[in-house]
Amino acid sequence: MHAVGQSVARKEAPNKVTGRARYNGDVTPVGTLTAVIVPSPHAHAKLRQVDVEPARRMPGVVAVITGQDTDPMCGEVLEDRPPLARGTVRYHGEPVALVIAHGEAEARAAARRVTIDCVPLPLVATVEEAVAPGAPLVHPELGAYRRAQPPVVPKPRTNIADHAKIRRGDPTKGWAASAVAVSGHYTVPQVDHAAMETRSARVEILHDGRVIVQSTTQAPFEVQKLLAQSFHLQQGQVIVDVPLVGGAFGGKAAVQLEVLAYLASRAVNGRPVQLVNSREDDMATSPVGIGLVADVKLGATRDGLLQVAELSFLLDTGAYADSTPRVARAICSECTGPYRVEHVRCDVYTVYTNHTYATAFRGFGHFPLTFAIERTMDRLAATLDMDPAELRRKNLLGPGDRTPTRMMLTRSTLGNPQTCLDRAAALLAGPAAQPIGPHTVRARGLALFWKTSSSPPNAISGALVSFNQDGSVNLSTGTIEVGAGTKTTSAQILAEQLGIDVNQVHIHTHINTKVDPEHWKTVASMSTFMAGRAVMEAAEDAKAQLKSVAAIALKCAPGDLSVGQGRVFLTADPRIYVTFSDVAHGYSYPGGDAVGGQIMGRGSYIMRHLTLLDEDTGEGHPGPSFTVGAQGVEIDLDTRTWQYRVVRAVTVVDAGRAINPAGARAMLQGGMCMGIGLATREGVLYDRDGQRLNDQLRTYKVMRAGEQPDAYVVELVETPQIDAPFGARALGEHGLLAIPAAVAAAVSHAIGRPVDHLPITPESLWKLVRSAEAVQ
Amino acid sequence: MQNANTGRAEHLITVNGEQRRVSLRPADTLLYTLRDELGLTGAKPGCENGDCGACTVLVNDVPMKSCLLLTMEFVDQDPPRSVETVEGLDGAEVQRQFLQHWAFQCGYCTSGFLMLVEGLRRQRPEANRDELVDWLRSNICRCTSYAELIHAVEGVLERERGAAPASDHPTPVPPTR
Repeated sequence: MHAVGQSVARKEAPNKVTGRARYNGDVTPVGTLTAVIVPSPHAHAKLRQVDVEPARRMPGVVAVITGQDTDPMCGEVLEDRPPLARGTVRYHGEPVALVIAHGEAEARAAARRVTIDCVPLPLVATVEEAVAPGAPLVHPELGAYRRAQPPVVPKPRTNIADHAKIRRGDPTKGWAASAVAVSGHYTVPQVDHAAMETRSARVEILHDGRVIVQSTTQAPFEVQKLLAQSFHLQQGQVIVDVPLVGGAFGGKAAVQLEVLAYLASRAVNGRPVQLVNSREDDMATSPVGIGLVADVKLGATRDGLLQVAELSFLLDTGAYADSTPRVARAICSECTGPYRVEHVRCDVYTVYTNHTYATAFRGFGHFPLTFAIERTMDRLAATLDMDPAELRRKNLLGPGDRTPTRMMLTRSTLGNPQTCLDRAAALLAGPAAQPIGPHTVRARGLALFWKTSSSPPNAISGALVSFNQDGSVNLSTGTIEVGAGTKTTSAQILAEQLGIDVNQVHIHTHINTKVDPEHWKTVASMSTFMAGRAVMEAAEDAKAQLKSVAAIALKCAPGDLSVGQGRVFLTADPRIYVTFSDVAHGYSYPGGDAVGGQIMGRGSYIMRHLTLLDEDTGEGHPGPSFTVGAQGVEIDLDTRTWQYRVVRAVTVVDAGRAINPAGARAMLQGGMCMGIGLATREGVLYDRDGQRLNDQLRTYKVMRAGEQPDAYVVELVETPQIDAPFGARALGEHGLLAIPAAVAAAVSHAIGRPVDHLPITPESLWKLVRSAEAVQ
Repeated sequence: MQNANTGRAEHLITVNGEQRRVSLRPADTLLYTLRDELGLTGAKPGCENGDCGACTVLVNDVPMKSCLLLTMEFVDQDPPRSVETVEGLDGAEVQRQFLQHWAFQCGYCTSGFLMLVEGLRRQRPEANRDELVDWLRSNICRCTSYAELIHAVEGVLERERGAAPASDHPTPVPPTR
């Protein structure tokens, strides 16, 4: 009986096709009040007065609150953000006031009566403007902010919230050894997570001191800690409850609405208050994904061996830093791409602008990073007149090499980038560009990615396994089901370890911090690894308990026993056994007297040997292993209109071991589709006054049916990560990572000019070709 | 019988073949009534603007976005206008095909897509691939690659046209070592 390696349907699937799957907005207790956000109409302004009196007098309104000096400052890394604007507004859409009423209609009607009197301040519209000498400051008080989660290195009296860096080797030597040098300048806009379920939170403050939070969060234990710390509560008083989540992509790891809902509930004597983002709120008021501007220089020998990399990234974190300093260190960790480079200098700046603030986005900075580094590799290949795949092959990292943070690689930690590259190149064999019609060019592009978790060195995950009397088991983990199938994967691991059918493992998709063991956050594609390790240990613990009770029943030593197929049996003679149900709730003798008790296994995992990156050199150990892969696309481009379509997309990834092959494939394909969206259309837009232009799904374009490629080709290489459950590597984010770079490579081949800015639209190509022609 | 203070009044509406009494404001959308008055939370708010289709239901067998409909248009009708939600599907082929083809991940858009495809099956069982893709373009899925959804719809239409049913299990991906 095998559960691992099987394409088991996700456990909650039947509820999802019958409308019975419950999300946070589906159950609202009678009597819950509704809060709505009054957003800032300006991108940067001094608040003179916020007049809430007309709103307070509207029917159905219970309270209206604005930013108070006593409210805690928020920020995962740097506490730079008041939950409600205080004195200054720093982005269009920033919460200025909360209206709490008996219903949404009443609350929205009243919110329109709040008047915001303010004086515009000079706008910081781009990261380049932000770092220019004499730029207006988004945070004049930057030096005074508390550093909640170092490392973070703010530069007071500038717009730089953090500077992370890599200093490895000696770039001067690298340049001396280089025969060729190439450089590129790249831009990637902020992007929106656009999960189909918008963010929401409901808070009730009970008179016994408990705070009940219901939220769409990916990070319930972070919400718990943050609320406890901000409002001087014991962590146990804060109970965070999360049902199924309707897509997250990193955007629901940021803590925002939970704090606002707490303030709202506090303002109405602890009554339950819900705050549900409209789509417009979700896009303009809640955080987006970072944008960046990158400058990359590579030096290589005439044979194409990389000698030196100098990289500079300006991350557009918008008005507040949130988790961007952590993204910055993740970019540092893999700044060279999966290539061997001896001399590396990398600077990643978290830069404030008057844009919507940014947080983690699927890939944690790696899709823009990959775009910048892979575009530069293509430049180098062109300069050397070398096949792009061959250039990459020559420089691939291997066991024994060191990463930019000087982490020594093994086959287990790295996987096999060589096979990924070779297979992807074979699947994309053919000319870089060729005409296939009078006005149609077919072109191909290839790019590589790698990524590790960049999680805190003390990130933890736990698992609890309890047996039912009939021998079936209940599994509790702290991961959130955001759509990745994590609960099913954990159930498969447990079933395999206990030798039972996966249908004998009962999970719940509704997580509660009061009873479920902590899982750091459901982010970084780390659930299979971290929760999986905890589940393995819990299974071992349960098996030891099963054996100790069975040893009494079978009159032998526990060491004589084995566990499998729902039985505990004598290893030497499997005909002598007890079933799980015989011992799950104690073993009863024929006379009715009993020994043992309920079998309850516990497993606990903490990251091993990870370290924070050194502030000066970047040296450190940012994650347990890497996932490497190669991706490519074929596009058909119309040379008259510059319209193009991705007709084929390829991913070859080292999965270590696919616990659920169909699930892994679905995850990767979905990522590829999102990657094509990021390459071809997605990007947050602001006007000259910093007003958000596309805060709806009709203006912020995501992929729709028919825009996907005719063929998705997904191949899994399986090089086990030896300390991971069954060798499985992280896969959740990776499908999208190199797709934008591959699309850009293909389009560049098709039009014969480098394309360095995302998204790549027909209009942007027309402009690029026109401006190049004008220069000539 | 409108309450002068709240603007609310009682009406009769038929959903999934059951007649229900609801208390309405004239401005209430069908989506709101289904979810907040009738407890039918399968239809989801995703944009309340007609952009995403997560709220799709069937009205007289035609898929419609319930966030754009006023409940008043559906009450006290004789004969009643038929409103069907995902909760009214019971072992439908479309549900089976969505399961078989992994046509969802987070599941939030799923009810809307299910009703859209059920409407397609009833309206245009002969639809070819181009036409079915056109239908699917009214809704958004942020998790899947759309290929899974298209395969599921093809399965539904093949079944409807009497073709042999496809295999019950997804084909696992063979690993390359």
